[in-house]
Parts: sequence; structure tokens; C-alpha cells
Amino acid sequence: MMNAILNIGLNHETAPIEVRECLAKDPRNPVLILNALRQSLLVKESFFLSTCNRVEVLCVTDRPSESEKAVIQLLSDLGGIPQERLDEYLFVHREIDAVRHIFRIASSLDSMVVGEPQILGQMKEAYTLSVAEKTSGVILNRLLHKAFHAAKRVRSETGIADAAVSIAYAAVELAKKIFYDLSDRKVLLIGAGEMAELIARHLLNFGVRSLVVANRTFDKAVRLADFFKGQAVSFEEIGARILEDDIVIASTAAPDYIVTRDLLKGLMRRRRNRPLFFIDIAVPRNVEPEVNEIENVYLYDIDDLKGVVAVNLEQRRSEAIKAERIVDEETMRFGHWLRTLEVVPTIIDLKEKAEKIRNMEMQKSLVHLGAFLPEQLQAVETLTLSITEKILNDPILLLNRKAERPTKDVFLDLTRTLFNLDQDKNEEDENGSQSND
Amino acid sequence: MDFWLFRVSMSLILLAAGGLVVFIVKQQKPVFTWSLRLLWIGYICLTFLLLFQYRQMGVAPALTFRTALVFFAWAVLGAYLFLYLKFKLMILGSFIASLAAVLLILSLFITAPEITIHPALKNPWLSLHILTSVLGNGMLSVTFIAALMYLIQERQIKHKQFGSLYKRLPSLETLDNISQYSLIFGFSLLTIGMITGSIYAQSALGTYWQWDSKEVWTLIVWLIYAVLLHERFAVGLRGRKAAWLSILAFLFLIFSFIGVNFWFSDYHRFEKLLRPHLP
Repeated sequence: MMNAILNIGLNHETAPIEVRECLAKDPRNPVLILNALRQSLLVKESFFLSTCNRVEVLCVTDRPSESEKAVIQLLSDLGGIPQERLDEYLFVHREIDAVRHIFRIASSLDSMVVGEPQILGQMKEAYTLSVAEKTSGVILNRLLHKAFHAAKRVRSETGIADAAVSIAYAAVELAKKIFYDLSDRKVLLIGAGEMAELIARHLLNFGVRSLVVANRTFDKAVRLADFFKGQAVSFEEIGARILEDDIVIASTAAPDYIVTRDLLKGLMRRRRNRPLFFIDIAVPRNVEPEVNEIENVYLYDIDDLKGVVAVNLEQRRSEAIKAERIVDEETMRFGHWLRTLEVVPTIIDLKEKAEKIRNMEMQKSLVHLGAFLPEQLQAVETLTLSITEKILNDPILLLNRKAERPTKDVFLDLTRTLFNLDQDKNEEDENGSQSND
Repeated sequence: MDFWLFRVSMSLILLAAGGLVVFIVKQQKPVFTWSLRLLWIGYICLTFLLLFQYRQMGVAPALTFRTALVFFAWAVLGAYLFLYLKFKLMILGSFIASLAAVLLILSLFITAPEITIHPALKNPWLSLHILTSVLGNGMLSVTFIAALMYLIQERQIKHKQFGSLYKRLPSLETLDNISQYSLIFGFSLLTIGMITGSIYAQSALGTYWQWDSKEVWTLIVWLIYAVLLHERFAVGLRGRKAAWLSILAFLFLIFSFIGVNFWFSDYHRFEKLLRPHLP
């Protein structure tokens, strides 16, 4: 029975923010999905990634078409989106394509802002969850480790990570197109997060002098404010702060809108219509979209910023090509390993390895033993051959017995590790990662 | 001398306008620097031309529609060059120089009648009235163009659709500031123009105000600008609404500058000014 790798998901390219929001709304979703998949008994291993830009299910199954249906049904139930509608937004990758897709995600090649660093952390978190929920197994463990490895290579061997700052840069550019001089502008940071902090840091670099941090937990606000040499305020003060501030970066995990159209309508008059720029990078969004309709208020969510960074993306095309090549390389290697996960190739590898050792040792010993008669030589050959065969006999029998069992992968992987069958490749990888660090 | 100077300044301004349009597309700083130099020289030539005409006629050269257009072009350029000193706004020059070029070309197609100037027109109050009014119009043209640029830029930022102008147009804040700045100057000049005009009318006609259609229209324009200015300072009106209001006001202004001449025949009419209209 063949293992199939299946990847079903949607991302910022295939689905609008409203749909992504539905699936990201409940923080318990990942656990629910992993549990549901495990209980369905259709899949052997599963991994679930949900960020503001994507939702990805990755699983290993021997019943791919049934699993596909089950996963889609599950996503539809969790997001409260009818299946027919969800189908428009979903993509399905199978086998090596699924591997490549996951490698591309980890390397931030599939990100809205190519090269942004968060995705790797998010994937590691998601993987930790899979491990904790015991839904990842031999194949996904290796797949994800290799994905992280590919990401590391892409980051160190190409200049693509520089793009990380581009969304922040785009936000600053916009701020400058609205305000021109940022030095006497006040920035309010609601919530925290890598991207929000990155934007805040950029704004400070471009001359902003006043930064205020609001957070649900006041401690965290104080810590962040200290970091930015700003001021911390409580969540309740946000309304009052918006009267004074010019740029608001929102990135909280709040399920409802923090800033609404009604709240702002009243404030704008008291602000004497001074322009107000909202950067809402939270999913689900923190600022009601209709806010953008108010005069002198400009609201950009992450999807909108995409339009601005599209220009920068163009310039990095050549680096992206290099990165894609690395991903392809890693995908090929993984594909190779995947094929060895069948019983026959492993047995062949095992026999080859034994034969190689036997040959090497024979040659070494023959030098010292001097000249043999042909019969003697034949006897030594037979002796060594039968030793290796006897030693390998039980492992091979076991592997053959497990060939039709679900635990097959575990034994295959164990065998390969125990006998160091992927020696050559591993050595390369070790060297590669060492030089990268 | 007269026509020769006009030709030189017009060629320079056309060249500068062309260079400034190229600058919008190519975004090369040297193109702008050289165009601006040409514009300055052209502007100075035009100033000499107007001074020369003033000396010749003894009254500000805006009595025929043709000379009024040239005078207007001079005022618009002056307003831009003045504001450039403060705001250093390059792209505004592309619009303004083009506008001035259009006005100058337009003036070529208007045949000006022979000028015989009535002695009563050689009154410094009248010249001051014409100068301040036209300068005010020039400033308010900048307000208008800045408002147009604001609306274009605002639309791009609001609707998140960025055309090639997005990078080239300045920030909303800058445009709004220029709008406000030129509005204050323009409005003040317009007011002074109205006051000096009525002083002239009093001395020449014996009445400050005589409900002539140009006067009425100018009063309407003045009131709209007054409302705009008041709203800006009292309520903090700004952005799109302020831009639209200043565009509306400018359309009235253009109408009072040109339209009135064609549809109403009062003593403010350009050609009428040449004939003795006084009692």
C-alpha cells in the first residue's frame, strides 16, 4: 500500500481575506482539525498550518481521494463556509508537488511578501503542535525538518530575505505619501507581533518620534514601549489616543473590531479632520473595513499592502529564481528518500551496504593474509557471505512482514537510520547546514 | 521690441513647459533643473515685456483679452515660482508651466484691436486693481491645480490603485498645505484687488460699487473663497471636500474672468475698456 502525501489549502492568492478570516478566527481550530483527522483514521500523519495569509493541511494517507474529501468537509465545517464556495478557493497538491509547496512556504517563496521571516516561525509552531498532538510521523517529521533546512539554505544563500522589510517599507512609503514629514507624527501600536514591530521600527527609522503602545496585557505594553522608548497605555485608552495619533498599527488577536466606523466618525470632527492612517495587519481584522469610507481616513489591511509591494517583488525576481532552484534541489532529495521508504528499495540498500562492507573488508584482509589457493579463497568468500546474510536475515524478514502494515514507515525509517543507509546524503546535509549557521 | 520680447519669453516658457512634462515621465532631476532655469528666464523676460507695455500705455497691460491672457500667464508662473521657493515642489511646475504655455498660445489666436487709451484709465489705482486681481487669480490657479493633484493622489491612496502618478505626485499633506497657502495669498490679493478697484471706481466714476456683472460674479467668487477659508480655519475642513470647494470656486473665477465678457456687456468687458465709457 502506497503512502500518498496530500496538501490541501488556500492562501492569499487564492482566497480573499474574508475567507481566510473565517478559518483563522478560532485559535482552537488547529487542534480540532488535527484531532478530527486522527480520528477519521483516513490519514496516518497530519500537519495543520494556519496564519493570516494561509491555511494548509498536509497529510500522509494511503487513501488520498477519500482523505481529500474529508479534509475539505472539515475545513468547510470549521470555517462555516459552504463546500461549493470553498472549492473555488482551495488548491490541492499531491505527492512531490505537495512537498515542493511546503518547502516553498517554509522558504517564504509563497508568502505575500516574499522573504518575510515570520512564516518559518509559524511553521515551526504548527509542527510543534503536530508533534504534541502526535499526528506527525516518520514522513512528516522528515518533510518538515527538510523544509526548515531548505528555508535556512534559501535565507543564507539568496538575498530574498531582504524582502522581509518590504511590507514594512511599503507601509512607511504610504505614510509618507499621506503625511510627507513623519517627524511630528504620532504612532499608536495596538497589539504586538513581528510584522507590527517591524513596521513600527521602520517608522521610527524614518523620523517618527512618538510611539505609544496599547496591549490587552499592560505588562506587555510596558515592555514593548520600553523597547521602542515609547509610552504604554491601556486598551481602554485607545479611543482617546486616536484623537491625537496619526498612524495606527493594529495587530491583535481580537476576534471583533477594535476600531469601528461609528467610533471614528465622532473622533474625526474632534481631530479637526487631520488625516488618520490605519495599518491593520491582524487577521481577523481589528479595524472595520468601512472606516476607509470616512473622509481623511486611510485604512490598509495586509491584502492592500500586497498591491504596494508588488513593485518591489519584481526587482527580486532573480533572487527568487535562485531560491526556487534550492527548493527544487531539496524537493528532489526528499523525493528520493520518499521512494526508499518502500520495503524493496530498503532491502536492496541493506544488502548493498552489507556487500560493500564485506568487499572492502575482504580486500583489506587479503593483503595481510597473503596468497590463497582458489579453493581457500572460495571458502572465505562463502564464509563472509553467509555471515552477512545471516545477520541481515531477520531484519529483512521483519521488513517483509511489515510491508503491508501501517507501521511499515516506522520500521523502514528505523532500519535506514540503524544501518545508516542514507549516510551519504546525511553527511552532505550536515556539512551544508554547518556552513550555513 | 514688444513682439520680439514676447516671442522670446514665450519660446522659453514653452521649452520649459516641455521639459517639465518630460520630467514627469522621465523623473530625471537635471531635466527639471534646466527647465526651471528656462522658466525663470522666460518669466523675467515676460516681466520686462509687461513693464515695457506698462510704461508705453501708462496702465497695467490687461485691457484687451489678449494682453489679459498674457498677464494671467505671468501671474500663474509668478505664483508657482514664489511657492517653489517655499515648497520646492517640482511636479507642480509641470502643471503650472503647461497652463501658462496654453494661455500664451491662446493669446496668439486673439487679435487685439488697436489701442487708444483714455486718459482716465491712466490711474494708478486701476493698475493696482488689475495687478492684484490678476496676481490673485494666479495664486488661486495654483490652489486649483493643487486641489486637482490632491484629488488624483487621494483617489489612488483611498482606492488603493496606484498608477504611475502615485510615485510622482507629492504627499496629500503637502498638496493640502500648498492649497491652503496659495488660498490665503490668493484670497488676500483678490480682496485687495476688489478694494483698489472700488477706490478707482470712486475716483473715476464717483461710485464704489455699481453692480456691474463682473463685480457681482467676483463677489460670488470672493464669498465662496471666504467660506472655504473660514471652514478651513474654524472647522478644520481639509482634504477632499476642501479640494472640491476650491475647484468650484475656481470655475466661478474663470467664468468671471472670461465668461462674463462674452455673455454680459458691462464696462468691465475687455474691449469696452478701450473705448471711452466714462461720462
